[in-house]
Amino acid sequence: MITLAHTLTLSAVLFSLSVAGIFLNRKNVLLLLMCIELLLLAANFNFIAFSRYLHQLDGQIFVFFVLTVAAAEAAIGLAIVVVLFRDRRTIDVEELNRLEG
Amino acid sequence: MTLPLFLFYCFAAILVCAALGVIVSRNTVYSALSLVMCFVTSAAIWLLLEAEFLALVLVLVYVGAVMVLFLFVVMMLDVDVEKLRAGFTRFAWLGWIIAAVVVFEIVGVVLGRKLGVDVTRPSIPVAANASNTTELGVLLYSHYVYPFEIAAMLLLVAIVAAIALTHRHRQGLKVQDISRQVAVRASDRVRLVKMEATQRK
Repeated sequence: MITLAHTLTLSAVLFSLSVAGIFLNRKNVLLLLMCIELLLLAANFNFIAFSRYLHQLDGQIFVFFVLTVAAAEAAIGLAIVVVLFRDRRTIDVEELNRLEG
Repeated sequence: MTLPLFLFYCFAAILVCAALGVIVSRNTVYSALSLVMCFVTSAAIWLLLEAEFLALVLVLVYVGAVMVLFLFVVMMLDVDVEKLRAGFTRFAWLGWIIAAVVVFEIVGVVLGRKLGVDVTRPSIPVAANASNTTELGVLLYSHYVYPFEIAAMLLLVAIVAAIALTHRHRQGLKVQDISRQVAVRASDRVRLVKMEATQRK
């Protein structure tokens, strides 16, 4: 049977892969947003694993709210990226330094 | 090895490969499609973990809406990928080291029996006629009803914010100005002219 250890290990691997992705793709805003989605997915795995292990549905409710917030975050993040690209013609994080004096 | 465990290993392998594809792919479109693959396999694993409703929501909301939005934006922006990829390997070693440390620590805690629970005990499966959706709904609309409404409000704010951010005023468009229409008075439109009466010849 699938035990808690299996799911927690998978979630740890997924989480660390997306952390590595943030380091690798630190210039591309779109890929940073995708890595954050992956991070939230890895966190949701833990909620679902413990919800199944403890036979309590509250963990799944929390995943529901995390999905809601992540969807809102993705929508607003992408809107900001679109506005940014219209204005600066780039989505390179290192070139977004207009507030520097 | 039981069938659920075998399926879990298969989906987990696909999930990890797809996650690797997301972070190292040269093309942003391929990254987005790998992320779709991640979500689909995650939904399959959530089905194995008896979270049926959330698995379906993940496919519908993420693959159906969020990732389509991502793909639209990726294809709409004319991004110079090569320039963004410059220096790709500069901090790669740091990223891999941190990833390895995180995995090592979490797996050490999980497998070292330091979690306070018996992580290797297989959980008891729920009854075959139990409805995950019904139970979630009962909980969501009773105990969690205020957080649920706040989440709905959050989504509304997100819609308004996204539209307000990306809406663009185009020049030379013929539109009605409602406030001016309402504020108009009869004297602005009709001019009464007093004239002397004249005799018809």
